[in-house]
Amino acid sequence: MKRVVITGMGCVTPIGNTIPEFESSLFAGRTGIAEFGLLPEAVEGQNGIRFNRMASVTGFDPDQHLTSGVITATNLTAQFAIVAARQAAAQSELMKHYAPEDIAVILGCSCGGRSSEEIETAKLYYRNARVHPLTVPRTMASAGGSHISIDLGITGPVLNISTACASSTHAIGQAFHMVRSGSSEAAIAGGHEAPLTFGFLRAWDSMRVVSSTSCRPFSADRDGMTLGEGAAMLVLESLDSALARKATIFAEIVGFGMSADAHHITQPQSDGAALAMRKALKDAGASPDDVGYINAHGTGTQANDAVEAEAIHKVFGERASQLPVSSTKGLTGHCMGATGAVEALATVLALHTGQLPFNAGTSAVDPAINLDIILNEPRPADPTRDIALSNSLAFGGLNGVIALKRYDALSRSA
Amino acid sequence: MDEGSVEQRCIAIIAKSKLIPEDTVTRDKTFDELAIDSLDKINISFEIEDAFNIQIPDDSISSLKTVGDVIDGVIRLQHEAADQPAATAI
Repeated sequence: MKRVVITGMGCVTPIGNTIPEFESSLFAGRTGIAEFGLLPEAVEGQNGIRFNRMASVTGFDPDQHLTSGVITATNLTAQFAIVAARQAAAQSELMKHYAPEDIAVILGCSCGGRSSEEIETAKLYYRNARVHPLTVPRTMASAGGSHISIDLGITGPVLNISTACASSTHAIGQAFHMVRSGSSEAAIAGGHEAPLTFGFLRAWDSMRVVSSTSCRPFSADRDGMTLGEGAAMLVLESLDSALARKATIFAEIVGFGMSADAHHITQPQSDGAALAMRKALKDAGASPDDVGYINAHGTGTQANDAVEAEAIHKVFGERASQLPVSSTKGLTGHCMGATGAVEALATVLALHTGQLPFNAGTSAVDPAINLDIILNEPRPADPTRDIALSNSLAFGGLNGVIALKRYDALSRSA
Repeated sequence: MDEGSVEQRCIAIIAKSKLIPEDTVTRDKTFDELAIDSLDKINISFEIEDAFNIQIPDDSISSLKTVGDVIDGVIRLQHEAADQPAATAI
């Protein structure tokens, strides 16, 4: 079994469209959540939504990155994916060091080309207009992976995983296992999503789980999630290979755990989340005492945050109340299928820089949570505990947890 | 619509679809020269159909090789449509 490390990162997110921008916003607590106006698909007076904030990607101009042919054939979600993957591949010099057939592209995308589907369907249903001939390739959830393989010339396995809000955590975990086993020499792993359409927002509004103000994970006065979008990509390869080619190593992936609640399509259950965390630690050969930070799923809903806290207490026992935890959704919003990758990226940066992101948007923690939620400013990482978990707890009770480890002189000699 | 106007509209549609300046799209340019691939052809044909309210047969799309082919095809389809007897209400 090979040790697996991260040597490249890329992103297009509500808090930055490059890694330096993302990192700066992450530790400064600059949120990407902002008010939105009339949505493009809605007619005047039709918005009718009970919330007015979401976390959109801003400053992203496809013309700056992509040819007209690719822009025409893709939805925004695949465009995010291509650009983020290019950044990660460039940082790691992936294509220079690996044969195209030895690289995998494993992504999470749950919603596909949502806006293309809605716009074309609305034209068809309400005006009996023709459906655009590129609707199928624009709406395929797997389009992002296909376009990355075409763009970079990667001919190894390309997969899309759709497990709702755990999609890209499952994708990174799957890629980790593939590189660890040697079935792929390297991988681009991550996720992408562009779901902020009128229909999608109305659907979430109808579920009454979106904050009328802004996402405040673990807060005493939390009132729901905030929807987001974006992409984040990581390059994975074996430690031996990275060392041999003198690549910069940002963190190590040491474990991955998956579980299903087998309970309810929307109500989470703590046993399932706890099982995924335990499995990730077992896969890593680590104990709960080794964990110095958890990047929580932390959506800001009453149900998720209470259940996730309960799960953390089940796994970490008495130490749970002293274990630093934060959710970064107060900055990025909930990026759906991409959220696990965005949060894995935040966790990698936490390990690499030695500072833990704070739980933006929350001023007073719900006493019932009883966790050490990092507030107000980043906190120095505990140098004696070098493992961090990134949790994703999806609708349908599908849980994924990635265990990451700081890569430094200590682990280098391990 | 006169033939000059058809030509200008076809050129505008192709240029917009490929995000290139209109003056680079001329009647004699081949699709290869303009990097128009099979997907672009389908997309451009869709836009042309909408703009001129015509239907381009499938086998015609595959035979399009130049900007001139598109312009001539639109003019021909418009003439054919004009030659059809007007539908009468029963």
